[in-house]
Amino acid sequence: MILPALAPALSVAVPLAAAFLAVVAPRPRLLVGVTVPAMLAVMALAVLGVRQGGPLVLAVGGWEPPLGIALVADGLSTAFLVATALTIGTVLVVALPQFPIRQNETRAGWAFWPLAFLLWAALNAVFLSGDLFNIYVAIEFVTLATLALVALEGKAKQVEAAMRYAMFALFGSLAYLLGVALLYAAHGTLDIGLLAQLPAQDTASLVAAGLITAGLAAKTALFPFHAWLPPAHAGAPAPASAMLSALVPKASFYVLLRFWFDAMPEAAGAIALQLLGALGATAIVYGSILAVRQNRLKQLVAYSTVAQIGYLFLVFPLAGGSAEPQPWTAGAWTGSVFHAVSHAFAKAAMFLAVGHAVLAAGHDRMSAMDGLTRRMPMTAFALGVSAVTLMGLPPSGGFTAKFLLLTAAFASGQVLWAAIIVLGGVLAAAYLFRPLARAFLPDRGRYGTVPRAQQALPLALAMLSVVLGIVSAAPYDFLQTGRPAAAEEGLE
Amino acid sequence: MTGAIFDIVLCLLILAVALAAILGRDLFGSVVFFIVYGLLVALAWTRLGAVDVALAEAAIGAGLTGVLLVGAVARLRRGGVVEPTPPRPLARGAQMGICVLAAGLVGAAIAGLDPDAAGLTATVAQNLEASGVGNPVTAVLLNFRGYDTLLETVVLLVVLIGVWSLAEDRYWGGRPGLRQHAKPGGVLATYGRFLPPLGLLAGVYVVWAGTDQPGGAFQGGTILAAVWLLVAMAGLVDAPPVTARRLRLTIVAGPALFLAVAVAGIFMGGFLHLPPEHAKQLIQTIEAGLALSIAATLALLVAGPPQRGAR
Repeated sequence: MILPALAPALSVAVPLAAAFLAVVAPRPRLLVGVTVPAMLAVMALAVLGVRQGGPLVLAVGGWEPPLGIALVADGLSTAFLVATALTIGTVLVVALPQFPIRQNETRAGWAFWPLAFLLWAALNAVFLSGDLFNIYVAIEFVTLATLALVALEGKAKQVEAAMRYAMFALFGSLAYLLGVALLYAAHGTLDIGLLAQLPAQDTASLVAAGLITAGLAAKTALFPFHAWLPPAHAGAPAPASAMLSALVPKASFYVLLRFWFDAMPEAAGAIALQLLGALGATAIVYGSILAVRQNRLKQLVAYSTVAQIGYLFLVFPLAGGSAEPQPWTAGAWTGSVFHAVSHAFAKAAMFLAVGHAVLAAGHDRMSAMDGLTRRMPMTAFALGVSAVTLMGLPPSGGFTAKFLLLTAAFASGQVLWAAIIVLGGVLAAAYLFRPLARAFLPDRGRYGTVPRAQQALPLALAMLSVVLGIVSAAPYDFLQTGRPAAAEEGLE
Repeated sequence: MTGAIFDIVLCLLILAVALAAILGRDLFGSVVFFIVYGLLVALAWTRLGAVDVALAEAAIGAGLTGVLLVGAVARLRRGGVVEPTPPRPLARGAQMGICVLAAGLVGAAIAGLDPDAAGLTATVAQNLEASGVGNPVTAVLLNFRGYDTLLETVVLLVVLIGVWSLAEDRYWGGRPGLRQHAKPGGVLATYGRFLPPLGLLAGVYVVWAGTDQPGGAFQGGTILAAVWLLVAMAGLVDAPPVTARRLRLTIVAGPALFLAVAVAGIFMGGFLHLPPEHAKQLIQTIEAGLALSIAATLALLVAGPPQRGAR
């Protein structure tokens, strides 16, 4: 049992070490070849450890909270760690030919690698942290790595998108930090486990909760804070977009989940929960309508992220608040996590596949899709499969997620949310049908191509999002490991 | 009594200067007020007995950030960028309304707090002996919550990579910033030779003293960065090209050393565990490495992305 106990520390240490090496000795092929398998092994250890012995808890430096920081790998954190490892692992292999280091080192060819490894370390640091201030540091780390990746193309448009993202993200950081400071002043600890045992109805805690929620919502690009996301995600190079759209908003959402369900489950008022749900619902409808109107492939995929993020926030009205566990809360909570993970796989696959279509066509207008089924069948198939998850059709992970959320909506009598979920699926079909239909058209003009081995990677990632729907029972049970009582009861 | 009057005046000044920085029409003026604001806040920290925070605020909050902002304004002017027109009165009113509302809520929350709450001060004091250092702030930063600090030093590295990646592609491999020239025999050239030894001494002292007194790698590193920048501005040295191996080793040395100590801890009791009998030496080693990397990184942040060819 000694090895699994190392998994939390190694999840952060390994990508950090890879990043340092990538700065000094830029050898991407070697670094990816060693780091990705090593991280997959660490993930296997973590899953094994959590399944056998429950949550892995590490008091860093041997200092127990509240003095020190605890790293916690329970079912939820491990699920996000594994999703991150599989997504970034695939993205890095796809990125190898796109950011090569030749005799003469280039700017983007060098900078992409340390930034990608640093983003990986930062995301893992967020998912493992059990301390609200440490989460601030980790989420700031995520933001800055993201900022650099957004601007990586180096043109004025991307730098402008990065600046806009910086404004939203810094507002989010400051609001979050202010909330954390108030919580520390009120309770003398920032450890999530210790905060959960304290009463949280005082003014300071409630104001803090509001600030933290607003800050994290801005970082998650929840409507009305969504304006930064499409230009930022669409303007980055495709492998960077894949990581940014699939994982980065999930990190701040994950912290919201931890905050409202683990740290302060009793602080949530019904109005706040319904408001978060309403913003999520607006994001689903508004983001989808904007996605339908896009004429650029990458923009369309980025707007789809705005819409898909909305579903995550339905967890608050469906499962949040009540200190008494309701029979449907476990389903709604797990449904939103399923949605986060399957969207991560599907969106990364979609950005990578679109990236290949764009590479072959030389532009990202809709016509880049023409004849894709004949020219690059695997890429077309990857797009189709990831679209199935985004629309929430069976047997994908997206379907399982929506099924769980729908069941909870009906069981709790909140039919309006159910209607929104169904409408969102229809709208997703509408915006994804346009590019997919063109893939069957005859192609005119000249197109390049992408090696088959490269095309296979996004397809594998897209298939993962489907596998998650087919074998959903095991991940469902795994996610419950270490859950506080609030969500343990399941619907029969 | 005089203390209370001083504090009230200081608070009013801080508010006034903050308002001046926000409401100023002229970008450069706002930056100047921002620097003054940082210095006043540093003064406030010393009044609260937080000398470490005051040092950091003065060095990084006012000093380094001020230099970066002045540099940014100068760059905008050189590029002929027009300052944006202020928002319409209605939008401005709405923004102010939101700010006042938020400030009111935070004020209400603060009013409800227990003024005598000491947080974790007592817990830190109890464990200070085992931390290996005498300065409780250093004990928290490098031992009890060393993991935060490890991530923060990596954040600096992220920022530098981000700044470098804003370079134009054709200048990749070149030296950061523009070549500096100073008039021979002028003030800059003279001070560029006269001040560095003193600055070096002060910087190293602040890093060294940090284990038992106020100070540490961030504050000392900032002083060392300022020394290097002074010498560079005097035209006496030039930054190495961004592709130089030794430069890259310097910027990752501190965080890499910290990470190595953290991982080595796994074999001595756990990730980032510093055995009490060696904790002081380990912390000093980490601080020395961090000071080097922080100094180099901060100086390179001020110098900016490469703007000229390799030669």
